[in-house]
Amino acid sequence: MNSDKITKYILFTASLLILVVAGGMAFSLIRGAIPAFDHFGWHFITSTDWDPTEGRENYGALPFIAGTMSTSVLALLISIPMAFSTSLFVAEYFRKTRVASVLSSMVDLLAGIPSIVYGLWGFYTLRPFIVSLGLSAQGYGIFTSGIILAIMIIPYATSLSNEIITMVPNELKEAAYSLGATRLEVIFNVIIPNARSGIVASYILAFGRALGETMAVTMLIGNANKVPTGLFSTGNTMASVIANQFGEAAGLKLSSLIAIGLLLFVITALVNAAGKFIIRKLS
Amino acid sequence: MKATVIRDHSKARNTKNKVFLGAVIFFSLLTILPIAFIIGELVIKGIGQINLSFFTQIAPDTLEAMTAKTNGETIPGGIANGITGSILIVLLAAVMAIPFGIIIGIYLYENQGKRYSNVIRDITDVLQGVPSIVLGLIVYLWVVKNITNGYSALAGSVSLSIMMLPLIIRSTEETLKMIPETLKEAAVALGVPYHKIILRVLIPSSFSGLLTGILISISRILGETAPLMLTTLGNPQINWDITQPTSAVPLLIWDFYNDPNMVSLIWSSSLFLMGFVLTLNIISKRISAKHSIH
Repeated sequence: MNSDKITKYILFTASLLILVVAGGMAFSLIRGAIPAFDHFGWHFITSTDWDPTEGRENYGALPFIAGTMSTSVLALLISIPMAFSTSLFVAEYFRKTRVASVLSSMVDLLAGIPSIVYGLWGFYTLRPFIVSLGLSAQGYGIFTSGIILAIMIIPYATSLSNEIITMVPNELKEAAYSLGATRLEVIFNVIIPNARSGIVASYILAFGRALGETMAVTMLIGNANKVPTGLFSTGNTMASVIANQFGEAAGLKLSSLIAIGLLLFVITALVNAAGKFIIRKLS
Repeated sequence: MKATVIRDHSKARNTKNKVFLGAVIFFSLLTILPIAFIIGELVIKGIGQINLSFFTQIAPDTLEAMTAKTNGETIPGGIANGITGSILIVLLAAVMAIPFGIIIGIYLYENQGKRYSNVIRDITDVLQGVPSIVLGLIVYLWVVKNITNGYSALAGSVSLSIMMLPLIIRSTEETLKMIPETLKEAAVALGVPYHKIILRVLIPSSFSGLLTGILISISRILGETAPLMLTTLGNPQINWDITQPTSAVPLLIWDFYNDPNMVSLIWSSSLFLMGFVLTLNIISKRISAKHSIH
């Protein structure tokens, strides 16, 4: 064999690592989750009961699925006006100006702040603020977590939207301006229709981030193992129940937590795949 | 003949236009408000505790902290066990992830558009989206249960290296795509063997891009807490043994947060962690801005 072939062979062999890691992850999660699904069946997903008492052990994932979905959807809704405005600011209104580059690097900094620091800020600053507004007694819950998650995912939503908005052909915009359209009309009649799918994809990917966030939510959601009843209700998410209850888990409880991990893995993989699929269709 | 009435909408349209611009500026400023708040709060509350012993001493136990608190003294000790642990865990993760990440990135670059490499790229993207807590869970099953028979620095490193891997693969591929084809063609025309093209042409000419990807991925994993809770657990002492439970700065912050006697230490530790992460971030942006090939 000559050296070129050996090099190609090495490159190919390394690529197998990705298959091994991904396959191994899926295999381990499924194998670890089997006892829980064996014991509870589909009931595991629909049950709202989380009872570790020996003798009447019962584990249902619904409260955590509901908590994950409600915090993430809320985060997405809050982040949309912010991320959309920031994208327009950077990629349209103040494109290529100094103020736009400062704003976009500030937003990038948001992505660099560790999750646990967001949690601390939420706990010591945002939570008392929510209490002082009289919105909730302790300040924990879906709403508080949603706000923090929104701040955390804004950089992910903006970075891709910026690119997509910048890519809208100038000729189209100029044509609209020459017809007498205002900036606002150009944005809504030219930019958004052209960039729509890319913008949607960036929000889907940001939503995927929110689903898996752990530390900040764990510190702010209140850790109540029940289906949240409203915006200011406490709850728990799939990620935070794993973080909170893993330490003392064994047997059926461990298997149930792994099963929740598997569900979270599947949900985030589907959401991310949907986002990437839209982007791939664009290019 | 009926006169056609042309209504003049331009005033309303201009007003709408201006209101919308106002809203865009308002929401954009609102977006960056939290970062000012967070950095400000950490600096104000944390800077006072940062001194030499903060870096050289290990974290106090809860009794020491309580005694100091009741006597009105500053809490003794520092985060040396966390700093050394973070260095150990992150270095080990980098050693595992960087070579594989770069090699796989080169593979994807060399096999653009091929079916198998598209599959690898898709799976890499899926890996990048896996929540870090799930990685912690998986590595617990792999390493903590089967290899080190207990919480260990190695387990933490494996979970962080799986986080780094997709970031390095994709940044390598994207960087290589920016290298002019002619550079490679020139080497091929001279009859340079394939491995030398990679080592002497591809890697050197994309070095700043590769470095940026590496620094960004390191800054990403430095602040990770959740996977470490499930894999390295933490350690009140300085530990360099990769098979033993080990502390890390984010884990210490979590401990301080949960111990009412040590709450005051969270600010300085968080300030240190965030300062470190953001500095790495800024350095990597500088490098990529300076050397990017267009």
